[in-house]
Amino acid sequence: MLLDPKAGVLVQGITGREASRMVEDSLAYGSNIVAGVTPGKGGQAVHGVSVYDTVAAAVEKHRPTISIISVPPPAVLDAALESLSAGMQLCLIMTERVPQLDTSKLLIAARRAGCTVIGPNSLGLIRPGITKLGTIGGRVDNVHRSFMPGRVAVLSRSGGMTSEIASYLTSRGIGQSIAIGVGGDAIVGSNFTDLIERLESDPATDAVVIYGEPGGAAEEQLAARMKQKPSRLRIVAFLSGSFVDDLEGVRFGHAGVIVERGRGSVRGKVKTLRDAGIFVAETFEDILHGLEPDA
Amino acid sequence: MRLLEHQSKTLLAGFGLIFTESIPVSSPDDVNSTVSHVGLPAVLKAQTPFGGRGNAGAVKFAESMDQAVIAAETLFGMDLRGTTVEVISVEPKLNYEREFYVGITWDTVAKLPVALLSLAGGVDVESAQSDQVARQSFDPWTGLAPYEAREMAAEVGLTGKTLMGVGEVLTKLSGAFLACDAITMEINPLIVTKDETLIGLDARVEIEDEAVYRQRKRLDPLGELTMTAAGRPPTPLELEAQRIDAIDHRGVAGRVVEFDGDLALLIGGGGASLTVFDAIKAHGGSPANYCEVGGNPTEEKVAAITALLLSKPGVKGMAVIMNVVNNTRADVIARGVLMGVEAAGRKPAEAISLFRVPGNWEAEAREIMEAAGVEVYGREVSLDAAARLAVERNRAHAA
Repeated sequence: MLLDPKAGVLVQGITGREASRMVEDSLAYGSNIVAGVTPGKGGQAVHGVSVYDTVAAAVEKHRPTISIISVPPPAVLDAALESLSAGMQLCLIMTERVPQLDTSKLLIAARRAGCTVIGPNSLGLIRPGITKLGTIGGRVDNVHRSFMPGRVAVLSRSGGMTSEIASYLTSRGIGQSIAIGVGGDAIVGSNFTDLIERLESDPATDAVVIYGEPGGAAEEQLAARMKQKPSRLRIVAFLSGSFVDDLEGVRFGHAGVIVERGRGSVRGKVKTLRDAGIFVAETFEDILHGLEPDA
Repeated sequence: MRLLEHQSKTLLAGFGLIFTESIPVSSPDDVNSTVSHVGLPAVLKAQTPFGGRGNAGAVKFAESMDQAVIAAETLFGMDLRGTTVEVISVEPKLNYEREFYVGITWDTVAKLPVALLSLAGGVDVESAQSDQVARQSFDPWTGLAPYEAREMAAEVGLTGKTLMGVGEVLTKLSGAFLACDAITMEINPLIVTKDETLIGLDARVEIEDEAVYRQRKRLDPLGELTMTAAGRPPTPLELEAQRIDAIDHRGVAGRVVEFDGDLALLIGGGGASLTVFDAIKAHGGSPANYCEVGGNPTEEKVAAITALLLSKPGVKGMAVIMNVVNNTRADVIARGVLMGVEAAGRKPAEAISLFRVPGNWEAEAREIMEAAGVEVYGREVSLDAAARLAVERNRAHAA
């Protein structure tokens, strides 16, 4: 399974305002955060977690295998490379506004190192009742209200919608095996297709709800994969932002058109997913119908 | 950030790529001297950050000085998607045998940059059959190798000097793409003259907004740059919203797109905003704006944006609908909204059609809003249901 609750977690950029609050909330939920790194601030502590100057020093002492990166955008690539060189197996990048070039570079390095990357621009992931990584769910009381254990996975391109969908499912008595904010950027470490391939071998998951948005080709890529090789998982998709299809002038030059070949619009994505046999919810509430056994 | 044609050419010339000399002209008085300098026949083009110039009649050819002056008169002040043409370019019209398309962009599925080469240049490139287009994704650490570029040229059937030359253009362009943090770079058409020289007639460059901070040295000498990637220039309301968002760096409250409707929306975060906007329209409502709020903005920012959106003429009321908030504090939003309502000279109970911000600090938010007489809903009311209620309330308001 993607997130082992016993694995030690390292937080890069732990002394930042957001990271520090995330550590407090995560410890309260039971996350196994063992160390933090902020270059130049070694020797300090954040909510009882020791801070080191380098990842190497933190690893030597605490042996984490998961890293959460919450450093400013210009520092993300270097932080990720530092993490990879120290042998991390899972890396969650929470930072927003990371230049695409840096993301692409770090993903190449991660592939070579055999490390799974979630994000950038991800709020994190949670296995309800077990553990969580990142700010997903917010304060611990809110996490308990939004998420409950169960057998439906939630994968979302929007951090907020991850909690919103889970919260709606929870309110209707449907629990979640895992919920992942895959990240809002055009290029992310693990997209729908990458993650569904892993969830297929997870005996705790029966169904997946995906939340998609305009732009990119993640939904089309998933549809193509399902056409080629159907999944044992019931997949329900909900997409928003169809009004964006009608806004003019988003295109510039021809390169995007040649590469995307008509992909990217919400209406196009909905059609492609349906053609591949995937249930696409008409409205937010319609997600529930898709999860019913005879849908 | 999109560069204008002459800016794109200047930037790419710095990487050893060759273009027609394209001289920007910003006053009709300078047309005559510029055309004399460039020589006839000449091409006059509107400088606009949007595509489709040729089809919009914004590219003119002139055989004589009279024709050039008339063309310039037509171009200056021309309205292209709501933008008035203020700068045109003048360049010599060249004769050529063949034209190509070369471009670099991101392939988000492969998660790599990709180089493209097509024998169909000009506007035909999008309809070119896939076997006429060579594409090669490349490692951003090392760039497109010269041999990969030559393979692309060979794949579309080029030989001899042209194969070598096109390969070199692709290598240089991909190097520029990486060095400049571009998301699109293209030369279209790239022409071959009689003496086998490769010259770019037009260029398009878009730099990733997220990376502009480290491209200042390259971009600043190019002159004024267009920040917007939207299809039209920002409206005064959108500009004011951007100003409010820039008050401080904490959180987002000001990514506004203006529409014609009567229901103002303060919505968040990113995904829920899209969902709510779709749902408002699906339930027959008419949004006055799209506005994303998230990342825990300050009360002051929320107040300023609320007052701005409520003061738009024709707006009856405002709905505040967000997803279950993880990071943003619902009570901060509540206090900010009430401050904004007051600043707009309205009463909370009539101005705010409903408030639905569950999550962090929701109990405190509920107390604040209910004390002001505003209808408050929690997570038990879905985004869709909240949108429907907002539309019904706003309609009742009209009656």
